[in-house]
Amino acid sequence: MKTYGVTIHSTGSYVPKNIVYNDELTQWMDTSDEWIKKRTGIEKRHLSKGEDTSDLCIEASQKAINKKKIDPNQIGLIIVATMTPDSQSPSVSSKVQAAINADNAVAFDISAACSGFVYGLSIAEKMLRHMDYPYALVIGGEVMSKTLDWTDRKTSVLFGDGAGAVILKREAGKESFIAEDLHTDGKKGQALVSGEQEVKNPMCKVDSKDGFLTMDGRAIFNFVTKSIPKSIKHVLRAETMDSEKVDYFLLHQANARIIEIVSKKLTIPLNKFPMNIAHYGNTSAASLPLLLDESIENGTIKLNSGQHIVLSAFGGGLTWGTLLIKV
Amino acid sequence: MTTFEQIQEIIVDQLDKEESEVQMDTNFRDELEADSLDLFQIINDIEDEFDIKIESEEGLNTVSDLVTYVENQK
Repeated sequence: MKTYGVTIHSTGSYVPKNIVYNDELTQWMDTSDEWIKKRTGIEKRHLSKGEDTSDLCIEASQKAINKKKIDPNQIGLIIVATMTPDSQSPSVSSKVQAAINADNAVAFDISAACSGFVYGLSIAEKMLRHMDYPYALVIGGEVMSKTLDWTDRKTSVLFGDGAGAVILKREAGKESFIAEDLHTDGKKGQALVSGEQEVKNPMCKVDSKDGFLTMDGRAIFNFVTKSIPKSIKHVLRAETMDSEKVDYFLLHQANARIIEIVSKKLTIPLNKFPMNIAHYGNTSAASLPLLLDESIENGTIKLNSGQHIVLSAFGGGLTWGTLLIKV
Repeated sequence: MTTFEQIQEIIVDQLDKEESEVQMDTNFRDELEADSLDLFQIINDIEDEFDIKIESEEGLNTVSDLVTYVENQK
């Protein structure tokens, strides 16, 4: 039996055209550009004027497919990581499959909040090794704006909408996925809650829940600043790899200050942590594939160069995970 | 080292300030412009240093508030 490796073959991303600057948020809540910028590093975000998560995912996927002129019939797997699906059924991935005519692909969504893309890559690289087709499409896509309470300035200023897609390729003699470290801590799950649905039926009449995203800022902060440096150290130690050998550390873009703290804790220079949160805000599962695609497009990361990159994400669940990848 | 000196050292380190700027009556939110993330880091460091648990940052505004909180927990 032939042993295959899995590589990152192509990327694409898409954000809604509508840009909302910090100052414009003052029409809905008491906040300011200075306050948001200083505390989060966010200057603007793209917010949907009606496009749903599947629309963003389809656009991002199409770009990734077009870039390398991939035959959609050769895609065997589609995974969408999202916490803001259009509907519970059909899944976002089913809609993507139909739109891009990937008729041979198995398609399903996964729910791991902001860590979803890292979880999705981890699942896809393992499944792809045993599939009949050579390509897998992994997408992180969110319309976070539909889950936010737009009167709550503590949460709504932080998020944005967008999607990023990565196409993995199975090929002999090449391997991108070197090490991984994935975790969940369900006991702390209440620190970030979104999309709650009450049990409501003829036997049970309860007040409707609004489903808005709520977050315990300090609990999340403590979790991230403790877990992420540890997780990154873990994947590097597993491969006895010096952090100096890693070209870039791509962290989930939740808050520029948090990334600065992680950089300081790891004593790794901040210029090894590409950031685009200023332009997009926190796009949850979309943040890493957006950043990866942008870093490839601007030449920071070069596919087939042998560069080592670390992808690390954290979010509701609580979930977190780190991948060490050779591109 | 007194409790004040230990807390002063933590704040000086986290906020990149001079010792002279961090006194008992200093309000770190207003005078040192510490925001919520700064405060989370200071509280984490204090928790580690004194092996205590600070449940909420509410009501903690001055260096003196922190010293009193820590002294009461010890």
